[in-house]
Parts: sequence; C-alpha cells; structure tokens
Amino acid sequence: MEFAELIKTPRVDGVVLHRPFMPTVEGTLCLTGHHLILSSRQDNTEELWLLHSNIDSIEKRFVGSLGSIIVKCKDLRVIQLDIPGMEECLNIASSIEALSTLDSVSLMYPFFYRPMFEVIEDGWNSFLPKDAFKDLESMTDEWRLSEVNKDFSVCPSYPPLVAVPKDVDDDTLRKAATFRHSGRFPVLSYYHKKNGMVMMRAGQPLTGTNGRRCKEDEKLINATLRPGKRGYIIDTRTINVAQQAKARGGGFESEANYPQWRRIHKAIERSNVLQESLIKLVEACNDQSHSMDRWLSKLEASSWQTHVKEILTTACLAAQCIDREGASVLVHGTEGTDSTLQVTSLAQIILDPACRTIRGFQGLVEREWLQAGHPFRQRCAQSAYSNSKPRQEAPVFLLFLDCVWQILRQFPCSFEFSESFLVLLFEHAYASQFGTFLGNRTAERAKLSLPEKTVSLWSWVNRPQELERLSNPLFEANSLVIWPSVAPQSLLLWEGVFLRWNRSSRCLDEAYEEMVHIIEYNKELQNKVNSLRRQLAQLETEDPLLQTP
Amino acid sequence: MEHIRLPKVESVRLLDRVSPRRSRVGTLYLTATHTIFVENEAGVRSETWVLHSLVCSMEKQAASASGCPLIIHCKNFQVLHFVIPRERECHDVHLSLQRLSQPETYEELYCFSFNPNVDDEERRQEWDFLDLKADYRRMGLPNSLWKLSTVNQHYKVSDTYPADLFVPESATPPVIVGSSKFRSRGRFPTLSYYSKENHAAICRSSQPLSGFSARCLEDEQMLEAILRSNPRSDFMYVVDTRPKLNAIANRAAGKGYENEDNYSNIKFQFIGIENIHVMRNSQQKMLEVCELRSPSMSDFLEGLESSGWLKHIKAVLDAGIFIAKAVAEEGVSVLVHCSDGWDRTAQVCSVASVLLDPYYRTLRGLMVLIEKDWVSFGHKFSHRCNHQVGDPKEVSPIIDQFLECVWQLMEQYPCAFEFNERFLITIHSHIYSCQYGNFIGNNQRERIELGLRERSHSLWSYLWTNQADYMNPLYRPDHSQAQGLLRPSTAPYCFKFWRGLYNRFDRGMHPRQSVEDYLSAIQEETQQLEEQLASHKQVGQNLSCLSFKLRFSKVENGKGLPG
Repeated sequence: MEFAELIKTPRVDGVVLHRPFMPTVEGTLCLTGHHLILSSRQDNTEELWLLHSNIDSIEKRFVGSLGSIIVKCKDLRVIQLDIPGMEECLNIASSIEALSTLDSVSLMYPFFYRPMFEVIEDGWNSFLPKDAFKDLESMTDEWRLSEVNKDFSVCPSYPPLVAVPKDVDDDTLRKAATFRHSGRFPVLSYYHKKNGMVMMRAGQPLTGTNGRRCKEDEKLINATLRPGKRGYIIDTRTINVAQQAKARGGGFESEANYPQWRRIHKAIERSNVLQESLIKLVEACNDQSHSMDRWLSKLEASSWQTHVKEILTTACLAAQCIDREGASVLVHGTEGTDSTLQVTSLAQIILDPACRTIRGFQGLVEREWLQAGHPFRQRCAQSAYSNSKPRQEAPVFLLFLDCVWQILRQFPCSFEFSESFLVLLFEHAYASQFGTFLGNRTAERAKLSLPEKTVSLWSWVNRPQELERLSNPLFEANSLVIWPSVAPQSLLLWEGVFLRWNRSSRCLDEAYEEMVHIIEYNKELQNKVNSLRRQLAQLETEDPLLQTP
Repeated sequence: MEHIRLPKVESVRLLDRVSPRRSRVGTLYLTATHTIFVENEAGVRSETWVLHSLVCSMEKQAASASGCPLIIHCKNFQVLHFVIPRERECHDVHLSLQRLSQPETYEELYCFSFNPNVDDEERRQEWDFLDLKADYRRMGLPNSLWKLSTVNQHYKVSDTYPADLFVPESATPPVIVGSSKFRSRGRFPTLSYYSKENHAAICRSSQPLSGFSARCLEDEQMLEAILRSNPRSDFMYVVDTRPKLNAIANRAAGKGYENEDNYSNIKFQFIGIENIHVMRNSQQKMLEVCELRSPSMSDFLEGLESSGWLKHIKAVLDAGIFIAKAVAEEGVSVLVHCSDGWDRTAQVCSVASVLLDPYYRTLRGLMVLIEKDWVSFGHKFSHRCNHQVGDPKEVSPIIDQFLECVWQLMEQYPCAFEFNERFLITIHSHIYSCQYGNFIGNNQRERIELGLRERSHSLWSYLWTNQADYMNPLYRPDHSQAQGLLRPSTAPYCFKFWRGLYNRFDRGMHPRQSVEDYLSAIQEETQQLEEQLASHKQVGQNLSCLSFKLRFSKVENGKGLPG
C-alpha cells in the first residue's frame, strides 16, 4: 500500500498551531506517511514533528470557513491546528485519521526509520537471556536454561530460553505448561543473592471447577523450595475473582495439592478497569473548572492512585516474603502477562540495586516486560483520548512506571536514572521510531525480524550524550533493599506525565537545573582542589631546594 | 507542681500508630513543663519529650486487660498513644495533664520559666532583632504620601492595634478618630504594605458599622485620603474577604460593608473566605483523615475533599493573588477587611505581601511579615492557639493556613524562597509551644502589660542564630522566578496535601532520602572546597615564588657577583 493514497492533501499553508504554554506558530502543514509536520519556515522557530502513531484521536470544529483540528496525543498532549478552508481541513482530518489507525505492523514508522546517530552498541543484543543467565550462574548452580520453548510451541508468549530449576526436565515443563494459562509454566523471574530465595511467575493453574491437578506443576514449583521450607503464592486477584475464574477453566493452587505453599490474594485490577481509570484521570487533569471539590472527587473517582497503591503494596509483599521471611515466591494473576509483571518487576526494583541503574532498568524492562510477553501492541494501541471502544488497551506498563516514579520520589538518591527516563519509556511504549515496543511477544518480534529491520530504543539510549541526559545527578549507589511507603499521604500524582501539558514547568525545570548546577560546581571544585594538591606535591618533591627550607 | 498528681508511672507502653505491634515500654514522667517517656530497653534509652503547652486534647479510652489507653493529640500534630498499666494511674496522669496543658493564667505559660541562660543585655538584643520601623523605612516610609501617626500611642483609639501606624498624609487625627468610631473595635483603615515603585498600597481595617444605611463622613474621608495617597490612580478596591452572605448578615447587627454610593471612586469586591469556625472544623476533619490507621486511597482522598481544607487554602491564596495583582499590575491601592480585621485580613494581606515583595520570601523577611501583619496588628494568638484555658469557639488555625499558603507557593517556586519547609514548621511549632514570648497574648497592648520583652525570649533571634538549618539550598535571589510578583497557578491540582506538617511525626510516610539535605551538605562541602582552593592557591604562589627566589639566588651565587 502506498501512503500517498491516504494523503488527500499533503500540504496546507497558513495553518496556525496552538500548543499549551507556547507561542502560537503560523506556517505550512505537511503530511507524510508517518509524520504531521508544521513549519513556519523561519529560523529560530521550533517545528512540530508529530508521529501519526502518537495521535490518539482528533476532533474537528468549524467556525465559518475556518476549520480547527484538535489533535489529542497518546503522550496526553493536546494541540490545535487552525486550517483555512473547509475542504482542506476535512481532507487533513481524514488523512490523519487514516494514517494514525493503520492496522499493519509492518507499515509502522520503525520499519522506515533510519538512525541519524552512530550506533555504538546494538540494543537488540544488549539483553539476551543467555547473558542474563550467565549472571545467575555466577551466583547459583541450582538453575538451568531450558530450550523447551525454542520454537515457541510450549508457550507462545515466552522467549525461546527460560530459566527453570536444574532438576526439572523439559518433559515435566511441557506437562506443567498444559496446566497453566496460555502455557505459561512457572519460570524464574528473580534470584535474591542475599539469601538464595527466588521469585517465579506463571499463568493461573487450570484447575477448573472439578479441581484438576498436575503432578508436574507441583514438582516444578516444589523444586524451588529448600527442604522443610514453605513458599508463598501471591495471586494478584481477590479470592472471589480467582474463584470465578474456575468456571472458565482457570483457578488457583489449592492447599491440599500445594501443602508447602501459602497462598495470598491481593486485588490488582484487570486491564479494562485500568484503561477506564486512565481515561477518567486524564479527564480530571484536563478539567478547566477551578473547583477544588470537583478535582479531588474526580481524582478519587478515577481510582488511579488506588491502583498505584495496590500494585506497590503487592510488590512490597512479594519483596517482604523474599527478603524478610526468607521464602520463595510464585506470582500469578490470570494470564500472567500484566499484574504479575507489575509485581515481579517492582519487587526487583525494591530488592535489587542493579535494577536501579540505567542499564539495569533497561534489562528489567527487557526481561520482565518484553521477553516475559507483555502484549505491548495490544495494551498501548490507544491511550486516554481514544473514542473507539477499548479492546485490549490498558495502561499496565504506565502504572508500573508510575510506581517506579513513586519509589524514586521516596528514594531520590538511589536511582541512577531520573524521572525523564521513565517519561521517555512511557512515550516510546505508545509511539516510537524504534522497534523495541512493537509486537506482543518475542515470537512476534522474531517473525517481524525487528532486530534486523528496526533500530532498538536501547541503541539510542546507550550513548554518552543520552545517558547523561537521563541520569540522576543525585545518584549514590545504595546497595540496600528500599522499602517504599504505601500510605496514601506518601503517594503523589505523577505530575511529570499527567500534568505535563497542563501547567508550565518552567520554575520546576529551573529548580532542577539549579540542583544540577550545585552538584556540578562541587565536582568542579573537587577536581580543582585535587589537581592543585597534586601540583603542590609535585612542586615540593621536584624542587629539592624547597625540601630544605 | 501542685497539679502533678503522679510524677512517674512505670511500665507504660507507647504504641506505634502505624504498626501497633511495634510498641515501646518505658517510664512516663510528668514534670512542670514536659511529659517525658523514657524507653526501658537496655542500651536504647530513647526519650520522647512533649511540652505541656503543645497538648491539644486527650482521649482516655476504656481499660482492657493490657492496660488503660491514653491518647494525646498535640498542637504540632504529634499523636501519642500510651497504654498505662492501671486505670487509677491513667486517671491521675489524665487529670494532671489536663490541668497542666491548660494554664489558667498567663503567668503559668512556659515562656516565663523557659530560661536559655542569657543576660538582660542579650535578651534586649534578642527583642531588638526585628524592628518594624525598619521595614517601613525599607518600603520608603514615611514619605510625602504616608506618615507615621501617633494617634494610637496609648492604644486609646484601638486597643487591638499597634501604637505605631502609618496613615495617609492628608488624614488628620479627627478623621482617623472619626473613622475608627465607624469601624468594629476601632480598627480604622491603616497601611499594611506600600509599593515604592508605583505608590499603590495595601491597607487594612475592620468592617464598617454601616448597618443598613448608616454612613460616616470621616470614614469616607479616610478612604478618600488613601486614594489620594496613590496619585496615579483614580480608584481603589475595597475587598471584603467574607462570603457575601456573612457580610449581609452582619448588617442586621449594625455592621456590614461599604456602600459604593457613599464612597467616591471605590470598587467593592467580596472574596468568599470562610470564618474561623468553618476553618476549625475543616482542619479537625482533615486531621482525622491524617490519623486514620491504614486508610485506603479513597478514604484519604474522600476525607481530604470533604474536609474542604484545600478549598479554603485556595480561597486564601486566590484572594492574595487578587490583591497582589491590583497593586503590582494595576497600580491600584486596596483596602482589605473582614469582620474584625485580624483573621482573614491578616491572611490575605500577608499572602499578598509574599507574592509582591521578594523581601518577604527571605528568612528575615518572613519573620518581619509575621511580626507586622499578625503579631503587631493583633491576630489573637492566645485565643486562636488556645494558649490557656478559654473559649473553644475562639480557637482556629488561621495562622496555619497562612504558613500553608507559603508552603504551597514554595512547591511552585522552588528557587524563590530563601527558607525551607523546616523553617515554616519550626515557626508553626513555636506559635503553639508558648516557649517564646512572641505569640503570647492577643495584641500589642497585652504583650506590653505582660512585660514579655523583659520576662521572656524572642523566637526570631533564636531562628536567626540557627539559620543554617532553615536555608533552602535552591534559593537564587537573582533568578527570574525569584523576582518581583509571583503569579502562581491556582488550578486545583496545584494544591497539595502538606504531609510535612500534618503527618510530620509519621516518619515512615516521608521520603527516606532528602534532596534538600543532600544539597545543603554539598553546598557546605563546596564552601570548604572554595576555602581550600584559595589557601592552596596561596601556598602554590608562595611556593613558586620561593622556588623562583631560591633558584635565582642560586644562579646568582653560582656566578658570583662581579666586583
């Protein structure tokens, strides 16, 4: 298909762009296959380059022959384009609509994007499972890397290589997979070096209403327990939801069949509820009325902060079981691709200092989200402004990032990256020139040949200038477990995402720069003092005359 | 001492509010000034001291097998949950504390026994540290438009006003006195803030006694004089900070608000800030939410909303912005009043001053501002803060709201304030603690009668001496955001819950690492490095100089001098 067919009017002059907290720009609007571009054709004026895939929805308004298109983006920005001429406006609107809702993955921008920067390290090879396993091997020999899923036949949403207990053979894994939702048999998520306890994740067991059991599944997870020890199963659903799942063939591990495990139910909401929550939250943030009551009640009614609290609480519970109780943990919800990953990845942020570095965090996103089969394409197809009926969309990953931000706010010196890294990941998960977040699972990515045909986001991030931009000037390596507070008073609205386009951030940005300045100046002085000291020492040793004053 | 029925109780448990299992066992002591809990655990001996004057209320709950619970709520928002082994002891502690925390006379207040070991001369210096006349001089007063009036020298015109007041040059004593008779409690219109740049002023007063139709020529002349003191402006605003309904209700009692027809060239405006009773109940409700044991997000947000607290904070800030903009942007003078002109008026005038003038955003400036708009103008601290046993309906967190407005502004302008959050919290604490004389009594006349300058100490010089603790490392006076008028956003989402104050003692709720402390430490180190650098450079210079001289003399010696 040619993009040209979809572009009814490629160019309109005299278009006026309105953006919050920025001067209006008048210029020429151009539509290309992947971008909406507005340029004033003057120096010193910023051009607007907007990816069509970043457009969540548009609205048209007409006053006389002047048409306006209100463009609502997935990154929550809202801009307005005033277009002279009704026909031009209608053409532009329908072209944008068509281009921003292309169904075929292979037409997405990452397949057309050519990097304008030097790739120092190919991000597609930066976080391979076998490299991650090497780290594990250096700590323990109780695990092995299984190739049972090498052709994605045992579990379509798992990567070809997964870490499993050494004493469990591939046949057992195959059988266990038939007993778990979407074949997601229990695999290793995290090994706690401090005490050798582990966190595993899986899909729900398919016990059904008549209490099916699977000896292989029991054997598999029992193999992770030390003799005489008990483990915890954290089911991210309430007991009621888990009970109801039995009717649809799902279920949970019964005490009788899993006597060595204590099951705890938590209440993380399912994806469609989360999507609704995001829509309501963004609506509340964009509310123009100046009523405090209205704001607080809308914020409360959105339940967004409730979800943040629930997810963090569950992650803390998992981390506590491992670090404080010295027990191993299995986490699952229904499919094991959403709330499960929120919990396992956040627990690692809490427990493992390595995950709080820039590179470690990338590795975590790779392992626990991309390779673990979080369906990014489905979940991030639409954001808060979508008019279409939600299908599989849900801000599961955004909630995870929000939770990380909450921990970052409580431990501002313990993360190597700053808030801007989290915002960047949010943006790229929804619309990107990079191939990293395309597709729903490793199998799909392999089929699309993403590593060959697109550039990895990590290739771009892992360059000195970008790393510097994303790094946290306050960082001081903290090897401890960090326990966040989950009291409502401690959890804040993530302004950097939700109020980003609603308020001027000038003063806060200046404060950030001032903070950087204070730290840089200190470093500069330290260097000067050190080099002077060296010079003095040199003077003293070099000049024998000075030694005998 | 006669009020202490029981000086010491053993085996008392102090419960942790968040996780009651984490309780501590120790001994409870009652002294003349403090309740002290000393933990028994070997080697720990941690002590918790609570000033009696900070005790706000107590709840004695039904005894159980484990003992008799006594919950103490403090005015600085600390909550202590004791379990005392025997009912009898709990009863005695309760009664003792009830008496100790509610002095019947001023003489019992802590400030009269607090003795930081300074001599009379030092004490005089403490009290002279802040000089309000210097602040008026800073504003450029007196000048040809405003003069210092001696009309209230002996508090005869208004017994709740300070002795020194600035009035328009053209306001004669008969006009002032006449106007004061037409105003509640004699609180006639007088100057609070003057803008050197454009001559616009903020004036304050109480409500006029206008009833349904009464008028007063002198009061009209007084406003005319204020207008004339701003030569470039042809009108002025009169801002009644009350909701319109409240003001109308006051008319029936012979009070009320200005009739635009009777005053020349005024624009009259209501700004609906609620009264002290609404504010007291609102804070009470918010504190109940803060104290919930493990609230859900909804419990918290719903509670916060229904308390209305942030709505009230927004109303005060909105009013301050209106006035600040009138002064700075329109160059128009404003007369502000409420009913008596010592609560809402104090809030609004001082918030406007903070917005207008960078000086009030410095450490010393904020102290001056509180001293001027609150202490000297007769905010009734002793009544509002319940310093001694009195009418509970007089108690209200009006000053808390002002401090919170400043905090909300600091959140929006992190580089514009010289002081930090700790400074505000410390001031808050001492407004209630009665440790210093500054906030004792309800007005200047009372403070002089009590001889506070001679018999107690001043908080301001204490804060100044410890200023290192209260500095904001991000403060940059030369920064654009620190200059001139602040124009904060008042969108509802810009107002945050002030965890640092209302959940101050719930340590677990606060960030575990403080950016501010980190930066302060770095700045301190930077300062040392600067000194080292300077001294190294000096040594370096000396050394190379010396080396040069030695070399030179060696060469000279080697060659030998001719002759």
